[in-house]
Amino acid sequence: MAILEQVFQVEAGAFATAGEASMTIKRTLKKLGINANVLHQLSVASYEVELNLVIHSMGGALTLTVEPDKLTLTSKDVGPGIPDIGKAMTEGYSTASEEARSLGFGAGMGLPNMKRNATTFSIESEVGVGTTIVMTFAL
Amino acid sequence: MEKRFHSVRLDKEKCRACTNCLRRCPTEAIRVRGGRAHIIDELCIDCGECIRVCEYHAKIAVTDPLSSISRFKYKIALPAPSMYGQFKNIQSIAQVLAGLKRMGFDDVFEVARGADIVTRAVREKLRQPDLPRPLISAACPAIVRLIQVRFPDLIDHIVDIRQPMEVAALMAKKEFARKHGVKEEDIGCFFITPCPAKVTAIRSPIGHETSAVDGAISVLEIYGLLSGHTKRATADESLITATPWGVGWASSGGEAGAVCPDNSLAVDGIENVMRVLEEIENGKLKDLDFFEGNACTGGCVGGPLNFENNYVARNIIHRLIDKSSGLHPDEKVDVSLLNKYPLNNALPIHPSSAMKLDDDLLEAMRKMEEIEQISKRLPGYDCGSCGSPTCHAFAEDIVQGFAREMDCVHILKEQLRLMAQQMVHLAESTRE
Repeated sequence: MAILEQVFQVEAGAFATAGEASMTIKRTLKKLGINANVLHQLSVASYEVELNLVIHSMGGALTLTVEPDKLTLTSKDVGPGIPDIGKAMTEGYSTASEEARSLGFGAGMGLPNMKRNATTFSIESEVGVGTTIVMTFAL
Repeated sequence: MEKRFHSVRLDKEKCRACTNCLRRCPTEAIRVRGGRAHIIDELCIDCGECIRVCEYHAKIAVTDPLSSISRFKYKIALPAPSMYGQFKNIQSIAQVLAGLKRMGFDDVFEVARGADIVTRAVREKLRQPDLPRPLISAACPAIVRLIQVRFPDLIDHIVDIRQPMEVAALMAKKEFARKHGVKEEDIGCFFITPCPAKVTAIRSPIGHETSAVDGAISVLEIYGLLSGHTKRATADESLITATPWGVGWASSGGEAGAVCPDNSLAVDGIENVMRVLEEIENGKLKDLDFFEGNACTGGCVGGPLNFENNYVARNIIHRLIDKSSGLHPDEKVDVSLLNKYPLNNALPIHPSSAMKLDDDLLEAMRKMEEIEQISKRLPGYDCGSCGSPTCHAFAEDIVQGFAREMDCVHILKEQLRLMAQQMVHLAESTRE
C-alpha cells in the first residue's frame, strides 16, 4: 500500500520556529486535497503536539504518515517523560513554565484537545526516556 | 471549463519577464515563461499585489470605462467609503457626493450605508452561539478567495452576508424606482472601486448568482474629472445617508469596530492576514468573535486603484468622520430592513481545488513524493530564474509537466561544467 512520510525535527524551547512543522504539514495535506473536516482536526492536533514538543520536551520529531485510508501523526521525544499521564490528560492541568505561560500557552488543554480531534489517540511515556504520542485521522 | 473572469491581467507588451511579481503573489499564481509573466487563472485571487509591485506597469486591472454608464437610462454612483479619503481639500463628505453627481449621475448612494445594514446584520449573526468562531468578514473579496484557495477548512467561518456594495445596489435601485416611478431595469448602479477584487466580485460573484451592481469604475479613472467637479460643487447634505460607522469601513478596523468592538481582531496586508488565518486554523483564536482581514495595507484606503497614499487617505477620512456626528447602525438601521432585502448568500462558498496536485489521492501522494525528491536536487535559492516563484513550486511545476529541470540555471550551469570536464578528459585521453 502506498505510503507517504514526512519527518520534522522539533527543537526544545525554540519558540521562534514553533508552528513551522504544522504549517508545512497543513500545506502538504492541502496539496493532497484532504477534506476540510479532517484538515481542521489535524491542524489543531498537530499544532498542539508540536507546541508540546517545544514547551515540555527535550526535543523530538513529528512524523506525518499518509495512507489512502488514514493520516497518522506521531510525536516522539527524548524526554523528560510524563510521571502521571492521567493527570496530564486532565483539562486545565499544566506544567508549562512561566515563559510559556507568558506567551499564552499552558491552559492545560493540549493533550485533551489532541484526543478530541483525533480518531484514535494513544500516549506512552517513561520518565527519563521520553513520550510517544500516536494519533490517527480516518479519511 | 469556462474561463473565470479576472480583473487583474497582464499587458504583454509591457512585461519584461523580471521576477518582481513572482515572489509577491500570495497564492503563487504567477509564472514567467517564454519571456513574459503568466497568471494562473484558478489560483489568482485578484488581490492586486502584482499591480503594486510591477515596475513596468505590466499588471493592469480591467474596470468599466466611465462611458459605460450611458447603457442605462438612469445612473446611480455607489462610492466606496475609501473614495472620501482621496481629496485633501474637501470640508465634508457631502461635497464629494455632490461632485460625483455633477459628473453625470442621476443619484448617489453611499456604499457606507450598505455597510451600516451589513453591520446590523452581522451583529445579529454574532448572537448565534452555534456559528464557528471567529466569524470571518466577507467584505474583502480577495480574502474570501484566499480562503477558498489556501484555507478551505475556514470557509464555514465566513459570514454568509452579501458585501456592502451589493446591499447598496439593491437598496439604491428600489428607492430610486419608487421615488421617481421608474422601472428597476432602467437603473444602472456603478461602484466606484478602489481595487480589482471588487470588479471580479461583480463579474463572477461568490455566494450569489448575479451581482446587483452593473459595473465598476476605478477611482483612478475618474480622479481628475471628479476633483474638478468636487471643487465646484456645493455640498448637498441630503446625499449623506450613512453613519460615520459605515464610512469607517474604509480603513482597517472600521468594520470590526462597528460590528464587534469588544472582541474582534482586524488585520491588514495579505501576508499578515495569512499568518492570522494559520492561527485560526490551529484553533488558537477560538475565543475571538469576529475577524476582519483586508488584503490591502490599511484596508480599502490602500486599494491599488486609489489615488491618495493610504495613510493620508485614512487621516482624511478620520477627519471627515470626526466632523460629522451620528448614530451607531444599531440605532439608525431599522431591524425590519434586514428582512426586506436578500442580505444572505443564496449559494454556498465552495473550496477551490487549485492547490490540489491530483483528484486521486494515491496519484497526489506519488506526485508529492516526486516533488520532494526533485526538491532535494534543487539549490533552494528561490531565485525565480526558472520562472517559478520558489524551488518547491518549480519542483511541483516539473512534476505537473509545466517545466523541465534544465530550466533551473544553477542545474544547467552544473551540467555544463560536468560536460566541459568530460570533454577535457576525452581530449586528454585521446591525445596522441
